[in-house]
Amino acid sequence: MKEFGYQRAFDVPGAVALLGADPDARYLGGGTNLVDLMKTGVERPAGLIDVRELPLNDIEVTESGGIRIGATVTNSDLAAHPEVRRRYPALAQAVLAGASGQLRNMATVGGNLLQRTRCGYFADVAKPCNKRSPGSGCPAIEGEHHNHAILGASAHCVATHPSDMGVALSAFDAVVSYETADGPGELPIADFYLPVGDTPHLETALPPGALITGVTLPPTPVAAVSRYRKVRERASYAFAIGSLAAALDVRNGLVHDVRLAFGAVASRPWRAREAEAALCGGPATAEAFAAAADAELAAAEPLPDNAYKVTLIRNLVVSVLTELTESTEPSASTDPTDPTDPSEGATR
Amino acid sequence: MTTATGTPAVTGAVGTAHTRVEGLAKVTGAARYAGEIPFAEMAHGWLVLSTIARGRISAIEEDAVLAMPGVLKVLHHGNAPRVDTDYTGLLGRPDPTIAVFQNDRVPYLGWPVALVVAETSEQAREAAEALVVRYEEEPHDVVFAAGRPGTYTPDGSAAQKGDVEAELAASEFVVDAEYTTPEEHHTMLEPHAAMARWEDGRLEVVDSNQSTMWVAGELANLFSLDPSSVRVRSEHVGGGFGSKGVRVHQVCAVMATTAIHRPVRVVLTRRQMFSLTGYRSPTAQRVRLGADPDGRLRAFAHESQNLTSTVHEFVEPSATVGRVMYDADAHHTVNRVVRLDVPTPTFMRAPGEAPGSFAMECALDELAEQAGIDPIALRVRNEPDVGPLSGLPFSSRNVLSCFEEGARRFGWADRDPRPGVRRDGRWLLGTGMAAAAFPSNALPSTASVTAEADGTFTVRINAADIGTGARTAITQIAADALRVSPGRVRTRIADSDFGPAGIAGGSMGTRSWGWAVTVAADELRERLALGGTVPPEGITVRSDTTEAVGALAKKERHSFGAQFAEVAVDVATGEVRVRRMLGIFAAGRIINPLTARSQLVGGMIWGLSMALHEEAVRDAASGGHVSPDLAGYHFAANADVPVIEADWVDDEDPDDPVGIKGVGEIGIVGAAAAIANAVWHATGVRHRHLPIRPDRVIVAGTGTGSATDAVTSDVAG
Amino acid sequence: MPPSTSSAITLNINGEKYTLPVDHRTTLLDALRERLDLTGTKKGCDQGQCGACTVLLDGRRAVSCLQLAVAAEGREITTIEGVADGDELHPVQQAFLDLDGYQCGYCTPGQICSALGVIQEHAAGWPSAVTDDVRPEAGPPPLTADEIRERMSGNLCRCGAYVSIVQAVARAAEAEAETAADDARTGTEAAI
Repeated sequence: MKEFGYQRAFDVPGAVALLGADPDARYLGGGTNLVDLMKTGVERPAGLIDVRELPLNDIEVTESGGIRIGATVTNSDLAAHPEVRRRYPALAQAVLAGASGQLRNMATVGGNLLQRTRCGYFADVAKPCNKRSPGSGCPAIEGEHHNHAILGASAHCVATHPSDMGVALSAFDAVVSYETADGPGELPIADFYLPVGDTPHLETALPPGALITGVTLPPTPVAAVSRYRKVRERASYAFAIGSLAAALDVRNGLVHDVRLAFGAVASRPWRAREAEAALCGGPATAEAFAAAADAELAAAEPLPDNAYKVTLIRNLVVSVLTELTESTEPSASTDPTDPTDPSEGATR
Repeated sequence: MTTATGTPAVTGAVGTAHTRVEGLAKVTGAARYAGEIPFAEMAHGWLVLSTIARGRISAIEEDAVLAMPGVLKVLHHGNAPRVDTDYTGLLGRPDPTIAVFQNDRVPYLGWPVALVVAETSEQAREAAEALVVRYEEEPHDVVFAAGRPGTYTPDGSAAQKGDVEAELAASEFVVDAEYTTPEEHHTMLEPHAAMARWEDGRLEVVDSNQSTMWVAGELANLFSLDPSSVRVRSEHVGGGFGSKGVRVHQVCAVMATTAIHRPVRVVLTRRQMFSLTGYRSPTAQRVRLGADPDGRLRAFAHESQNLTSTVHEFVEPSATVGRVMYDADAHHTVNRVVRLDVPTPTFMRAPGEAPGSFAMECALDELAEQAGIDPIALRVRNEPDVGPLSGLPFSSRNVLSCFEEGARRFGWADRDPRPGVRRDGRWLLGTGMAAAAFPSNALPSTASVTAEADGTFTVRINAADIGTGARTAITQIAADALRVSPGRVRTRIADSDFGPAGIAGGSMGTRSWGWAVTVAADELRERLALGGTVPPEGITVRSDTTEAVGALAKKERHSFGAQFAEVAVDVATGEVRVRRMLGIFAAGRIINPLTARSQLVGGMIWGLSMALHEEAVRDAASGGHVSPDLAGYHFAANADVPVIEADWVDDEDPDDPVGIKGVGEIGIVGAAAAIANAVWHATGVRHRHLPIRPDRVIVAGTGTGSATDAVTSDVAG
Repeated sequence: MPPSTSSAITLNINGEKYTLPVDHRTTLLDALRERLDLTGTKKGCDQGQCGACTVLLDGRRAVSCLQLAVAAEGREITTIEGVADGDELHPVQQAFLDLDGYQCGYCTPGQICSALGVIQEHAAGWPSAVTDDVRPEAGPPPLTADEIRERMSGNLCRCGAYVSIVQAVARAAEAEAETAADDARTGTEAAI
């Protein structure tokens, strides 16, 4: 790790001005990703602007019934907040599925959005990586890629975005607010992450020097019945190999509203708009859920060792939407083929 | 001063639960591990590792680094002290890769090419990262595969009786299956750390290891020192599992302190540990079993292959466990090796038995399925009376009691043998079992026991407590031999000045040390019984078990066990969760039920972790690891571990003065097989390649169709 | 002029103030271990991947390896050395000792500090990843073995002491809950 300056900011304009004076500096939030990357040499900032004490640590219900989350709110406080748990349970679940209790106490909402991929080639400065060192190549495509992207990747990079929180924010149309020296700005999360293309090192649409100040979720009634399911290689404290944030409103057996976003399949949280469009107005059946997942996954371009993710995501969509159908329309549980019926095959 | 007579006789410490004698220090943070003892003027060494897998160093641009703040020295092959590897140490010839900085050759990726020494660890780290090293790279080969070119059979690694092919041909049931286990790492929580300094003409090393005698001996040999001029201490050790012997951190620390005449500490980073501290080789195994209609084995053939480095042979003897476990008319076992451009593998908890029992005990389960025989009944039918190959008697072999007790407690009798028929919501449920065996040996040791003038006793033995509870067990053993309460016994360990003693390895530690302590304490007690006063310097009795251990009759000496597991599998997502495990062991006399249970359960968790999680991935292009850290190398977290019970049956070793066999490794043996067999019972699919990762479960699906079909039929009928 | 790469800071650790100059690169973990001789906090991975370095920051558990020392100025830091009350062990420490919630002991200080955090977080009603229904209407989840396992999963133990760690945390949590109930009862009686 090389030497660096450290300054603590106490207000937003001050933080932005400090970075403006030192463009090679980085904002430091919880440090759970940045400090790690500095230790491995992936990040070598000249200075750190500590923004953890900025007055951006509130969670407020907006007038319209949405929610506004300050950028320095910790993951723990976000997941524990009653209004988050009530209005967007999948967001609380997604945050709780990430990292560990210690890391959630440190990590902030703004930092979570900006965390870098956990691709093993990216993290090793002795290996090529187009994201870390543009033009050096992507060894994952021919090498170890069983947890790499199946959607939206390119011949230049197949890394995934590791956030769980971001998947739920994507499902619920979060808007990211930021501040620059030229004033504030906003980016819908759909536009926040850039396509990979041939510039995998350019990850977000934030203007240079911008400081994330918060995230706003619009009122989303369907989110009240929502769930985040994460599959990983151990039961806890591991990044996803596939995850799903889903919200569902079923009325009279028909899908009234639905939100779906996939995690660990692309360089960004993957909002499944095609699947949502396929489902809206149609029957809430397992066949329809599977067909909708297939419609979204038709664009998948898996590599030899990550093709399982296509099946995994499809199965997650069917499984979680079926569960949510139960909770919105309890009558559906009389379906004799319902897999969650406790009378079926239980031996204990 | 007190009189030696009149001490009330106290016995019964052995066999009763005692909390660890160093427990208070551990729960308050007062226990200091190797990298935590301060020394005045101490400098910090940081290793620079090769970024190529094969070739030679063409340049080390040290000048720029020497100009950096705080940098004191850059050690490399151009300036480091010479060391000698032409010797035979405690465990044979040394792995030449511990002799760092001796020439310009690079044998694998992650090999030390330089050590930067600086005033602070931050300065050393930055300078090490900044050091430019240039290489002439040569093509490397790191790809391990069954039967690949270069595979050879080391001398003495095969054992055979009868004609396997003929017996297979005559068998009613035949299993012929290939199994693989991946590269696995010890990943103990405490990274390797050592401080070295010269003090009054002696080399003093504060280290974290499994035997100070071993490390001191290797350092004396490497640096051509008189053995009495080397002192190694290792009071607290944050886990070892086979990895904490002589390693490059000690060698580098000695070189550095010799060069700069100041104490130097070298601590490995977690990422460096993946290439510098040994690992369990991947294995490719083939098991062939042939049986009569009643399940009796006619043929037993187990072939295993592992990799090693280009410069040192290490055999992972996975095929050896069958030589103890099962007899057959024809019996063939062989361990093969292939040399690649990788670090040398090493002993890792139950070397051989852990991967070997996975293949063998899964194959037995496959035979049970084919023959329609209960897996326990099949094993009972093939229980040998004497060593299947040696013909020697067993010192004791209580595996049938383990099966019986385990089956009763696990509820095995109610098991429906059909696979894939139990469901709990989205989870398919299954149960499985496996047998376990691990050698029980003792190593010669010396000990001293002192009766102090204040009525207490001090035991000195060069043991290592790497988390096993050895310090506590020794205290209990000494207390019983002295007929005093454990509270009056102080046990000091892990100092090479205490004299030779066995290593903390091979499940031999407590048995070896307990023997020596018992001999010394018995003699001291007899001497004190004669009466008289204890002088201020105390009365000390020393023991040496070399002769007694050497006089042990030749027998098959092993611990045994029975492992049971219940799993839940969601084939739609590939998740496998272990719901409960039970292990019943015949592992000699249990000294401390509290800590022995912890060891056995810990071993079983290793088996769980091996079955479901652990796998180091090597990248063919670079020759190095991908994600060599604890986020990339998964071992079981708390949430993966359900209720796990371990218990034991009476099994006192008649030839050991305390009755001990050893509990360090038997817990992992067979555990992964029991889980894999349970996964088959849940899903109907055999998973022969560890770990049983979600992607593999998804691709394999259920016995009746693909995972996609499975979820459709589950959800939509 | 480039900004300084070191600062003089004051850290508040276990109720005591320590003033020291630090290189900005120094993590809180290294400051504790190498500068202040508080070596009870362990370094297992130095990357936030094992939990051995867990301390409490302003009462909440955190990994000290990813916390820069300079950024910890002004916060209340509790390390394993500050957990016991003099010679009297904290119930969590006592439970780890009595139930053998450890083997090599290297992850133990982090496990104990993490357990302190778990008990507080649970008392505050926080849900976890295994909480079936996270909505506030569902009420706080009981501290079952599964809840403890999930909440303690940020602390890896390679010896495999998890089974007794879960028992130790459960026992300590019960003891704390009883103490709290006793206190509440005493308080009520006093009010009456």
